[in-house]
Amino acid sequence: MSDASGASGEIELVQLLTPEGVRLEHPEYSFSGDDDQIKGFYRDMVLTRRVDAEATALQRQGQLGLWASCLGQEAAQVGSGRALGKQDFVFPTYREHGVAWCLGVDPVQLLGLFRGVDLGGWDSQQNRFHLYTIVIGAQTLHATGYAMAVERDGLVGTGDPDRDMAVIGYFGDGASSEGDVNEAFIFASSYNAPIVFFCQNNQWAISEPFERQSRVPLYRRAAGFGFPGVRVDGNDVLAVYAATTVALERARSGSGPSLIEAYTYRMGAHTTSDDPTKYRLADELEHWRLKDPIERVRAYLTRSGSGDEAFFAEVEAEASDYAADLRARCLALPDPHLLDLFDHVYADQTPYLADQKAKYAEYLATFEDTGPEAGGRQAQPADGDQPQPAYGGVH
Amino acid sequence: MTALTMAKALNAGLRRALEADPKVVIAGQDVGKLGGVFRVTEGLQKDFGEHRVIDSPLAESGIVGTSIGMALRGYRPVCEIQFDGFVFPAFDQIVTQVAKLHFRSRGMLRMPLVIRIPYGGGIGAVEHHSESPEAYFCHTPGLKVVTCSNPADAYWMIQQAIASDDPIIFLEPKRRYHERAEIDEAGTPPPLHSARVVRGGTDVTLVAYGPMVKTCLDAAEAANEEGHDLEVIDLRTLSPLDIAVVDESVQKTGRVVTVHEAQLNLGLGAELAARISEQCFYSLEAPVLRVAGFDTPYPPSRVEEDYLPDLDRVLDMVDRSLAY
Repeated sequence: MSDASGASGEIELVQLLTPEGVRLEHPEYSFSGDDDQIKGFYRDMVLTRRVDAEATALQRQGQLGLWASCLGQEAAQVGSGRALGKQDFVFPTYREHGVAWCLGVDPVQLLGLFRGVDLGGWDSQQNRFHLYTIVIGAQTLHATGYAMAVERDGLVGTGDPDRDMAVIGYFGDGASSEGDVNEAFIFASSYNAPIVFFCQNNQWAISEPFERQSRVPLYRRAAGFGFPGVRVDGNDVLAVYAATTVALERARSGSGPSLIEAYTYRMGAHTTSDDPTKYRLADELEHWRLKDPIERVRAYLTRSGSGDEAFFAEVEAEASDYAADLRARCLALPDPHLLDLFDHVYADQTPYLADQKAKYAEYLATFEDTGPEAGGRQAQPADGDQPQPAYGGVH
Repeated sequence: MTALTMAKALNAGLRRALEADPKVVIAGQDVGKLGGVFRVTEGLQKDFGEHRVIDSPLAESGIVGTSIGMALRGYRPVCEIQFDGFVFPAFDQIVTQVAKLHFRSRGMLRMPLVIRIPYGGGIGAVEHHSESPEAYFCHTPGLKVVTCSNPADAYWMIQQAIASDDPIIFLEPKRRYHERAEIDEAGTPPPLHSARVVRGGTDVTLVAYGPMVKTCLDAAEAANEEGHDLEVIDLRTLSPLDIAVVDESVQKTGRVVTVHEAQLNLGLGAELAARISEQCFYSLEAPVLRVAGFDTPYPPSRVEEDYLPDLDRVLDMVDRSLAY
């Protein structure tokens, strides 16, 4: 008989690679790739972690206003990101730097948002990676609506791997309390939408532990909405990859939504503005440090002989070079001009706003003869004469 | 020419939009078999299918949020919010997402969404069914806000709103749903974001929109019997305002009274007063005066006739204006 919380029964956790780097068999999920693919995951995770560390450093040095670190969640993000097919579309939160990496979003464009030069500068359609959403959980509805549109476009269940597509919507344990996430579950279920809800349960919503959000394991909520849910070891890139592959294929084939709870841990602060020492114990951090997503892959590759010291050193060197280049490109990001922004409020500009822009331009023009050294304002250049940032370093 | 009620005119306009563009979809509670609680979408699901006229789960944020996702894939969703007072669960999606995605993406993403909201009072409804939330939306950059006052405008404006690449809050004065007028379906409508002088006059300008246009036209008729010649403007577009039409009128009459059901404090009348004083200062013979709902929550329906601006309150304010 179940207890009142509904939390009875053994909590399952799909794991295919132990923290010690030992491969496991699972009756339902398996990783059928080779060690070269695992080496690719390793590289992705190391580079993601290095980009993340560089961003944290840039914030500490005053170059970013804020950074939301994904430290510790690399396996959840790379495992799911690399499982995506070439048509699949992603709706991230604001912490999916590892998924962005897998989709080819230039990390400097992630930095742009946190530096304050734009509000999300990448081409979301081309990258199949929607802009970061900061309002918690709101994107899960966008993902569901997008999936409903995919179904209307006839791109589900045709059996053609070049046509069928799925949508994946990311969110966290905190977001699971939001109405929007629950509404997304209902819409997706009701319309059998081709979507994977991917929850990174990193145990903390700023200072609130997971127990404040839910009395039951999150993956079990799916049953109440009428679709399958599974909890995977979120620090096990093979298990995440395997479970996401299955869920995406289920969606593409027309069998509807599913929920993956990637059980992981936010090793860093919520953001650079947060101080986790005020609400959690160092012991807990140490406990999770032993489950590090990268170390276990390194242990496995070392044991299998597929990765030697030269390989690990090569990835390390690549990450360092990449970070140095990223830092330089971040510092070179040009500030936007407020005048330019008036043109992007509406697709069809209003006379009212055009007039407001023109008056502001006139106002700025009154300062043209006086520079900052003369105690006046710096006039801004007019539209269009500022070169666009050239984004390099595509990986 | 066909004589249609506003509800039927909206239905006909929606039908034409569905016919014209396969990417147009309608979503909302009870919009399918029932045809909406006001029957505005009656028969559309039968003719266009469940994939294009979508009965939604009972969740307003979900309706708007999933419509955003569909818009990101090239669809042109028309969401129906069943009543004005129920738009607030969707308020977050509207102001933080719908309104900002074009801006955030520096123009790369478009949000061709229409959010239809039956609004306003005067139908003896229970709480939360009689509100006028337009100022919230007008205050939000990235949204455009329009409202129709008559069947012909309803017919054309809904089609123009659906064709717009910007998100449109489309306010329908529910107490005028059953008023009937001739519609020339072969005619050419004025631009969506344009105001219109619906009655020429020389003494005082009445600026109204939605349900209050008819009230103001009635007031102008009554004033005429007392020898006052009132001009009446139907704003039609609340954001952006087509202020040039108002300015031109005020420069002629020198006196202006704004009229809306929504509460007085920070309502459209306040913005109109500011804009008129900035641009018509030397033409004004009297301060801009405002008739509006009182700054209380919407009252129980047995006293709503006292709460809502009516012919007498409009004429009283006209008298005050003329007394300067």
